Amino acid sequence: MISYALYFAFGCVSVALAMNLWRLAKGPTVLDRVLAGDTMVVNAIALIILYGILDLTTLFFESALLLAMFSFVSTIAYCRFLLRGDVIE
Amino acid sequence: MKTPDVIAVVKDLPPISLTVEIAISACIIIGGIFIFIGSLGLLKLPNLMTRLHAPSKATTLGVGGCLVASMLTFWQLNGEFHIQEVLITFFLFLTAPVTAHFLAKAHLHLHRRHDNSIPPTDTDHHWSTFGTTLNQDSAQPKPQR
Repeated sequence: MISYALYFAFGCVSVALAMNLWRLAKGPTVLDRVLAGDTMVVNAIALIILYGILDLTTLFFESALLLAMFSFVSTIAYCRFLLRGDVIE
Repeated sequence: MKTPDVIAVVKDLPPISLTVEIAISACIIIGGIFIFIGSLGLLKLPNLMTRLHAPSKATTLGVGGCLVASMLTFWQLNGEFHIQEVLITFFLFLTAPVTAHFLAKAHLHLHRRHDNSIPPTDTDHHWSTFGTTLNQDSAQPKPQR
């Protein structure tokens, strides 16, 4: 039963990633693209965790944690660059 | 039954009771639906200030559901509690509002001059991120006192 739920969730996350990619390509402003990239990273974290459940390994949690931290830092850096014209003043 | 190693039980189906299995499956399905709804909102909503809502709320909740499912699974399998899922959940739930706030702030400052996509505040002050100055450089009329 868990595997069927996992396949359903894989489908959902894949369609969600495709929609994020559409927004990333289309987005009228730069910030739309930043938001779409951030959402893509969050969806990739979800995909990694679901694959960890499917494969029954706890190997991928560190990579998910690293992705979460790097997406946060990069989004903040991008916003700060757009606001100030510089990341570190 | 306590399994000594995760790798040892990979190929055989572990003994997970039916209620826990239903709970794990429900968490996974709800999480997947929430992630889908978040990206649908990101694609369909009309402007950036509304588009910010969908990923920062629905997608975060969906990933939270997946992480709860993962926590339940490995707690059932190993009988021990992994701190990494809690860390990921904590980090995502902590950073999503900060990211959304920064994006909204950058949007307000980038489109301050030449855009009417910023909604009016209906007071004689502008949005507070622009400082405490009076609302003099925007097009919105001052309300009648």
